[in-house]
Amino acid sequence: MEAEAAKFLGAGLATLGMGLAAIGVGTIFGNFLAGALRNPSAADGQFARAFIGAALAEGLGIFSLVVALVLLFVV
Amino acid sequence: MASGSVIDPIHQFQIIKIVELGQPGGVELAFTNSAAFMFGIVALVFFFLTFATRGRTLVPGRLQSLAELSYEFVASTVRGSAGNEGMKFFPLVFSLFIFVLTANMVGMIPYAFTVTSHLIVTAALALLVILTVIIYGFVRHGTHFLHLFVPSGVPAFLLPFMVVIEVISFLSRPISLSLRLFANMLAGHIAMKVFAGFIVMMTASGVVGWFGAVLPLFMVVALTALEFLVAALQAYVFAVLTCIYLNDALHPGH
Repeated sequence: MEAEAAKFLGAGLATLGMGLAAIGVGTIFGNFLAGALRNPSAADGQFARAFIGAALAEGLGIFSLVVALVLLFVV
Repeated sequence: MASGSVIDPIHQFQIIKIVELGQPGGVELAFTNSAAFMFGIVALVFFFLTFATRGRTLVPGRLQSLAELSYEFVASTVRGSAGNEGMKFFPLVFSLFIFVLTANMVGMIPYAFTVTSHLIVTAALALLVILTVIIYGFVRHGTHFLHLFVPSGVPAFLLPFMVVIEVISFLSRPISLSLRLFANMLAGHIAMKVFAGFIVMMTASGVVGWFGAVLPLFMVVALTALEFLVAALQAYVFAVLTCIYLNDALHPGH
């Protein structure tokens, strides 16, 4: 395999991580919404926490985006 | 791609030297468009807050209530995640939040430069936060600050592994804090420009393309709305995580 082709394959594989991070973010907000519908009065207090969790999960997906970008433009 | 010169989603991140300041010690110094935008953002925030709080009235006007809202918003975030003691770091968190928010929002103006889409800028902001945490933690608590890495109630044979994991997680904080903001702004702006490029490509292919270009146009409008949300959200996330890290410096030990 040519090095150039392997680079693009690697970048494409790295983007899979973003889809997996999407599952994590979806789980967080899905569970937050499920909890919020059961007990709406407690939802506002946990709003920031939901976003922190989403930010952390999203950060891991962004690492794989950075891997893809590095493979495409830097290596 | 033949029309690569037309669609270049990376072009918007180019750093342009405005005034070159020579090379003291072999390091190239220049006043760039990035620096110009940062000065502009600081000036914008400075004049906004000065004008908004100049004629203080009991019943606030539009500008004053905007300033009060942003103050209360950040203050409640700091109190919520770092406690009342955390309010001594309010100036730091408020400056970071307003700077990042304004930088993200200014970046949404067409042809404007997005300061936070450069890793070096966000890394400097993240290092400022982490160094504040480390220095304040050691000054305030001395070696007790290291209890941060030793979780309580862990079986003795697990403790060495937990300490290693805690240290790694602490060291990865500045990386994730800076990368999150940088990559969100970078990826969002690239996506917008790529879809805007589709419109140009389709309209270039004749009358049929004009109707086809409606689809990416809707996409660009939707993406722009999403980007405004992301711009505000990432500034908020940056501020909240700063508060949480500062909370570690204020109350180490689990």
